[in-house]
Amino acid sequence: MLYSEKVMDHFLNPRNVGEIEDASGTGTVGNVKCGDIMKVYLKISDDGTVEDAKFKTFGCGAAVATSSMATEMIKGKSIDEALRITNKAVMDALDGLPPIKVHCSCLAEEALHAALWDYAQRKGIIIEGLKPPVNDIGEHDEVMAY
Amino acid sequence: MDKIYFDNAATTYVRPEVLDIMLPFFSERYGNPSSIYEIARDSKKALEHAREQVAKALGAQPEEIFFTGSGTEADNWAIRGIADLYKNRGNHIITSSIEHHAVLHTCQYLDKNGFETTYLPVDGDGLISLEDLEKAIRPSTTLITIMTANNEIGTLQPVKEIGEIARKRGIAFHTDAVQAVGHVPIDVKAMNIDLLSLSAHKLYGPKGVGVLFVKKGVPLKPLIFGGGQERNRRAGTENVAGIVALGAAIELASGELGEESARLSKIRDKIIDGILSSIPHTRLNGSREKRLPNNVNISFQFIEGESLLLLLDMKGIYASSGSACTSGSLDPSHVLLAIGLPHETAHGSLRLTLGRGSTEEQADYLLQELPAIVSRLRDMSPLYEDYLKRKG
Ligand SMILES: Cc1ncc(COP(=O)(O)O)c(C=O)c1O
Repeated sequence: MLYSEKVMDHFLNPRNVGEIEDASGTGTVGNVKCGDIMKVYLKISDDGTVEDAKFKTFGCGAAVATSSMATEMIKGKSIDEALRITNKAVMDALDGLPPIKVHCSCLAEEALHAALWDYAQRKGIIIEGLKPPVNDIGEHDEVMAY
Repeated sequence: MDKIYFDNAATTYVRPEVLDIMLPFFSERYGNPSSIYEIARDSKKALEHAREQVAKALGAQPEEIFFTGSGTEADNWAIRGIADLYKNRGNHIITSSIEHHAVLHTCQYLDKNGFETTYLPVDGDGLISLEDLEKAIRPSTTLITIMTANNEIGTLQPVKEIGEIARKRGIAFHTDAVQAVGHVPIDVKAMNIDLLSLSAHKLYGPKGVGVLFVKKGVPLKPLIFGGGQERNRRAGTENVAGIVALGAAIELASGELGEESARLSKIRDKIIDGILSSIPHTRLNGSREKRLPNNVNISFQFIEGESLLLLLDMKGIYASSGSACTSGSLDPSHVLLAIGLPHETAHGSLRLTLGRGSTEEQADYLLQELPAIVSRLRDMSPLYEDYLKRKG
């Protein structure tokens, strides 16, 4: 299996890793069962521009790289534009992913949408075309430390 | 520092002295052992010499050794050969839940075709219980197949005792010893083994050649039909070069086994102790005592294995993991789940398997680089963030 140079660059030097303390919306998607969890934080200004985006990801190289690229892509966008960031767009921006990793790019799109949904909930607004996130953070709560 | 190869359970290089011995069989000594003229007789002699070398390494007789195209083929043959032969007497097979896919998928295939397999559970160390085994035996049981050493967590099963139970009950006993031969002592007689699989590329021989040991008097249906090679039991013109290499490799491995396994256990323990003491939220997978001398398998909580492998690769260290992303499926390793690890801990496993090229210096380098790599991945993990918040 071979990752593109762009994927390796975003994996080795991920952009936007971290948290936003006063985020306008956060979204967590994926599940520990298949080994990918993405959490996205968005800071959205009053005029509806995505001012900042951060992420934390538990997952493979492709999962980290798509999180990094997706958060790069959403920054500076209006909500409408943000909604149009698809998994395909993220994947293309990374010069493609190996076939078995394509689901990782879906996760990135879902994570952005989940964060936007959370933002809409908090603001009490309806964002045209945005569906509620599928919450499948299965066994998440079972995480035990030793 | 040169690249560090810590993936000897995946495969090994061909030892130079073994390569020297095998090369002429691709060029000058190319005769077909089934023909009758001189260069054919030369090949035949070389083949039979290799058979003696393998037999000696296992404490077997040469006529009990059958060459195959891989360890996988040997496993398939043993299981299907016995199951098929005795299908009128019984349709029940007993195996463990942590076998290699070469065994598991063969049993699953048989399950779809009129057979019934019991997959024995294992404890936290990866050991089956002899009591469970006894209880699982039915009048219809015709085969017990339990691996000698696990390829992921290195656990060594009580093979001798399993063989004893099988023999008492008149059930054939097969063991997949692919990871064990050349690394721990094997004596098919003392260990009550009826059938045993091994593979050349795990002991510094080439890929694509294996052996099935079949105890004299144990009947077995062929898996592959065709010519009369291997005394009519395994058809196909022999991979003479590969077989000769396997013979040479196994002889060398047996001669060095005691010393080499002592050397590797020391490096293994240094790595295990080093990681467990310097990195929090880690656990050793597999038994501490009943363990292959060259196997380290550790889970790092809150991080995923493939990311870990990629960062180790950047530091020149080659290793493997039981995470889904590295297994090509969505589920992490069935072995790690069988020993009771939750999914996310199974995804965060690292397997380091040592070999002839491994040194204390390499272990030191690994131990020096690993903590920063793990911290880096934890710092970007939402699971670690949650953990820290819950801890307060
Ligand atoms: C325990 C075990 N059984 C069987 C095999 C298969 O052997 P081969 O690669 O020769 O088909 C392997 C090697 O991957 C193994 O580790």
